[in-house]
Amino acid sequence: MAQRTFKITAETGIHARPATQLVNKAGQYESEVTLEHKGKSVNLKSIMGVMSLGVAQGAEVTIKAEGPDADEALAGIAEVIKEGLGE
Amino acid sequence: MSTMLTGIAASSGIAIAKGFKLETPDLTVEKKQIGDVEEEVSLFDQSLEVSKKELAVIKEKTRNELGDEHAEIFSAHLLVLSDPELVDTVRQKVRDEKVNAAFALQQVADQFIAVFEAMDNEYMKERAADIRDVSKRVLAHILGQPIVSLAEIDQEVVLIAEDLTPSDTAQLNKKYVKGFVTDIGGRTSHSAIMARSMEIPAVVGTKNITSEGAADVMVIIDGIEGKVITDPTEEQLAIYRKKQEEYEELKRELSKLVNEPSVTQDGHHVELVANIGTPNDLEGVINNGAEGVGLYRTEFLYMGRDQLPTEEEQFEAYKKVVETMNGKPVVIRTLDIGGDKELPYLDLPKEMNPFLGFRAIRLCLEMDDMFRTQLRALLRASAYGNLKIMFPMIATLDEFRKGKKILEEEKAALLQSGTKVSDDIEIGIMVEIPSTAVMAEQFAKEVDFFSIGTNDLIQYTMAADRMNERVSYLYQPYNPAILRLVKMVIDASHKEGKWTGMCGEMAGDPVAIPLLLGLGLDEFSMSATSVLPARNQISSLTKEAAAKAAAEALDMNTAEEVKAHVEKLF
Repeated sequence: MAQRTFKITAETGIHARPATQLVNKAGQYESEVTLEHKGKSVNLKSIMGVMSLGVAQGAEVTIKAEGPDADEALAGIAEVIKEGLGE
Repeated sequence: MSTMLTGIAASSGIAIAKGFKLETPDLTVEKKQIGDVEEEVSLFDQSLEVSKKELAVIKEKTRNELGDEHAEIFSAHLLVLSDPELVDTVRQKVRDEKVNAAFALQQVADQFIAVFEAMDNEYMKERAADIRDVSKRVLAHILGQPIVSLAEIDQEVVLIAEDLTPSDTAQLNKKYVKGFVTDIGGRTSHSAIMARSMEIPAVVGTKNITSEGAADVMVIIDGIEGKVITDPTEEQLAIYRKKQEEYEELKRELSKLVNEPSVTQDGHHVELVANIGTPNDLEGVINNGAEGVGLYRTEFLYMGRDQLPTEEEQFEAYKKVVETMNGKPVVIRTLDIGGDKELPYLDLPKEMNPFLGFRAIRLCLEMDDMFRTQLRALLRASAYGNLKIMFPMIATLDEFRKGKKILEEEKAALLQSGTKVSDDIEIGIMVEIPSTAVMAEQFAKEVDFFSIGTNDLIQYTMAADRMNERVSYLYQPYNPAILRLVKMVIDASHKEGKWTGMCGEMAGDPVAIPLLLGLGLDEFSMSATSVLPARNQISSLTKEAAAKAAAEALDMNTAEEVKAHVEKLF
């Protein structure tokens, strides 16, 4: 299993467009990918799951990937986050 | 059988095409026990696939016609249909409980909708509407009642609807939608304004077009007279085809005036400028020879989305408008929200009298951050052209001073940080509230210009809600009371060496034009399509005769007398 923690710096948090990009990215991998925030964990391939977390600016989130392409999945998702969501 | 209906002529021109009714399908779901669950699951899967294909088509069309921004919402809709939490749960429910797919989908979707609706964030609440939208589409397919989207229309039609929402009109494709007819609405309702800026004929407020069986028969829209004929006879078709040709011919004649100035017979020059809602309207402004933009309604930047537009987004839009106008004046009105225009994500409480409530400058002065963001974007854009800033709904001098102070603060901060800002931005106000018209002399000492918003000025002066059809007889632009207020404003501005414009519907009205010219109005701002007819009219008038007629009108007793007087003279 691969996992990493990010800090969300985007002004609007994880809202429509960034959530769409994250879910699209996660969907490209076979591994199970989850997003954890404030003790809740959701399927990162689920747009409604991701949005229901209501991640705001300044929040810390942990992404976990488990499966045959876990490392690639985490790297790919990290790239999406760094392109405008956080660090 | 041929039927004729009358309504309100909302947008000029003649359209003749097959009627297309915008239906709301019946999506009532009953719980049923299912024998062959696998067949039910595959019905669900098929409906899901068809819905995805439809959405992909809508998304592409929206992207091509309206840009990425508007298409974004459909990407989110598509993801909802691929969401494992939704689709897997529905499949499982059908298998475990042996229930029909429609029922399972509705239950699962309702759970998600409830979760989002319960959040204390307006943006998240709006997502509930998205889930409802997409699940309805799938549900409709399961029930064999497909939903028709406006973006999917691919043949020439005349649209028939109870009413059209802003998001409906955003999806209209001019290539196929030749015009529209609605049951409700007035000349100044959103759909009517959109029709004029899209330059398609429209008749609104027909009360019962949707029950006239106008679908799939030929429909004639006469947007000049406000008439609609369904299933016309050959004779009627011939008459209206001829009328349509004459209208097109007149349009061609007028197009010769595109590059001419707007000057009366006796050499008096006025400015004929256009009202716009988005930078996309600029094409019409330029094609119709407007001498500038007299009203840029910035609220469209804030509408049809989930959160406030950023400073950058606004800056780009304002910059594009002033750059495209290439040195010609552009009057940009700060956010005028409230009244009939709502922003769901601001989560404002419902009001008993929204037109008399917390709206426009009142709201902006209180929501300071939002106002400052807009002002910064405007100030930055001012470096790229001839930009003027206008505050809406000013009732007191104090409101104007507060707004101007905030503007000055933001300007100073921008200059401090080395950002370029024009150093001669005119700052004006809308005159929509009678108190401001009455106090125009005092205002004129402090503002750089006035722009009279007649739609609101008339409704506030006559105390008649312009959305209420039963009191629509009180919407009287020619009432001497209105003319006197207009005169007070114009005279006050001229006394201080300032100018007055008008950006309501009245400014483009052929009966009002001679009167306004006579009262000394400097700038007439109207729908782009009214500019050339107005220029044609003004070039046939003399300022002298207009001034005499206006002076006489001020002393008349009723709006009817004034109208008859103008029609007799000009």
